Amino acid sequence: MTPLLQVRGIEKRYGTRIGCTDVSFDLYPGEVMGIVGESGSGKSTMLSCLAGHQPSDAGQVIFEGQDVLTLSEAERRRLGRTDWAFVHQNPRDGLRMNVSAGGNVGERLMAVGARHYGDIRHTATGWLERVEISSDRIDDRPRQFSGGMQQRLQIARNLVTGPRLVFMDEPTGGLDVSVQARLLDLLRGLVRRMGLSAIIVTHDLAVVRLLADRLMVMKGGHVVETGLTDQVLDDPQHAYTQLLVSSVLQV
Amino acid sequence: MSDYNFAYLDEDTKRMIRRALLKAVAIPSYQVPFASREMPMPYGWGTGGVQVTAACLKADDTLKVIDQGADDTTNAVSIRSFFQRTADVAVTECTQEASIIQTRHRIPEAPLHEGQIMVFQVPIPEPLRFLEPRETETRRMHALADYGLMQVKLYEDIAKHGEIATAYAYPVKVEGRYVMDPSPIPKFDNPKLDNSPALMLFGAGREQRIYALPPYTSVQSLDFEDFPFAATKADHSCTICGAVDSYLDEIITDDAGGRMFVCSDTSYCSERAAS
Repeated sequence: MTPLLQVRGIEKRYGTRIGCTDVSFDLYPGEVMGIVGESGSGKSTMLSCLAGHQPSDAGQVIFEGQDVLTLSEAERRRLGRTDWAFVHQNPRDGLRMNVSAGGNVGERLMAVGARHYGDIRHTATGWLERVEISSDRIDDRPRQFSGGMQQRLQIARNLVTGPRLVFMDEPTGGLDVSVQARLLDLLRGLVRRMGLSAIIVTHDLAVVRLLADRLMVMKGGHVVETGLTDQVLDDPQHAYTQLLVSSVLQV
Repeated sequence: MSDYNFAYLDEDTKRMIRRALLKAVAIPSYQVPFASREMPMPYGWGTGGVQVTAACLKADDTLKVIDQGADDTTNAVSIRSFFQRTADVAVTECTQEASIIQTRHRIPEAPLHEGQIMVFQVPIPEPLRFLEPRETETRRMHALADYGLMQVKLYEDIAKHGEIATAYAYPVKVEGRYVMDPSPIPKFDNPKLDNSPALMLFGAGREQRIYALPPYTSVQSLDFEDFPFAATKADHSCTICGAVDSYLDEIITDDAGGRMFVCSDTSYCSERAAS
């Protein structure tokens, strides 16, 4: 099987300080990769470099045989709303807060050329239901939604064009535990059913335990350990991973 | 008025504006920045349009100025007398006789012909302004023809009102490329922009932008397949001339619900009433 995404030696420096360095991995179709590490370990930096939100200083990100870091802005935008999706930690960054839920979901469709109102609305309604938002809320604005609903709306808005690769930056951050659990359940279902590949950045080990097939542990901008999720979490090799795993409270 | 240069502006300023106009005509509906001058009138009164008119005006031109279609309202009267004093050009109320027509928010009913110049006063030239506040981002969106957001606005209209409720400043796509704000003309006038034999120039003084539609340019109003664009007007006929095909103003005549509908284009109406 050929990898969907090949990352080779991605590096980002902020002046002399390291954002992340020498990050390389392959991501196969349908695979979910978790990236864990403490605050400031470079996981979000790496994710935004991969997604092209900020320029990286070195390395390649090969998607379908093409280095996406060399794409033109127009091609990158098109990729970002067709085959790729990005779920922000804060739904306010990923949603248009003064546009109705239906408009938010429909924006990606219209951006790639949908021009039939009835079809767009039908698709939007379907997606709201898939993320457990009642279809009578379709004309409400995101600011009238709870935090968990906003996050689910953001996910619907991102998945509506059927992307193959989703970047998620702490998708459950800032949500209370029961809402987190439902969101994770939903995400797991969507990822499995749509056969999505995903890269999930989080500091919550429970999230990756539930969602990720493989795990990458970062510290100080470096990748310190990689492996299958259960293997890394149950038999951590690197001292930092051991610390990370043992820091989780067992309830 | 020999104290002023012809048409008020100095020749260097006119040259600068003409250069912007040439660029604007070369790239239909692209917003060209220009060094807008202080004019002896407040922003919002047509400073952009006046500067464009001043740069285009020749001594043998015949000028018509309209404000919401009317030749006799404050804005039209004061701009017309401004150019009479500073350029001493002939003025007219008749659309066919005019070589330059400066307008605030209307296109005359009478068909335009080749060689005529329409000058529009534009308050906000950026059609994406209220959707995306960052100028850097809207420019990039134009550069990449990234116009999904404009469609979202129309979507919101239908979701909220059951139809596309935008009645003026209705966004158009020019030659299949740039999305343009046609200035706050009623959407009834949008079809007149398409393939017009006249040159259309748009000046925004405060925002310091000029854009243009060369003659015979394709101008399509944005819409949805199942909610097609419709050039709407009040469903009445003109009380004065009886016209059913012209854009109507609603005039409240008393405080007991009395109202009448009359042509907003006063010269069209009076010509019809006379004949």
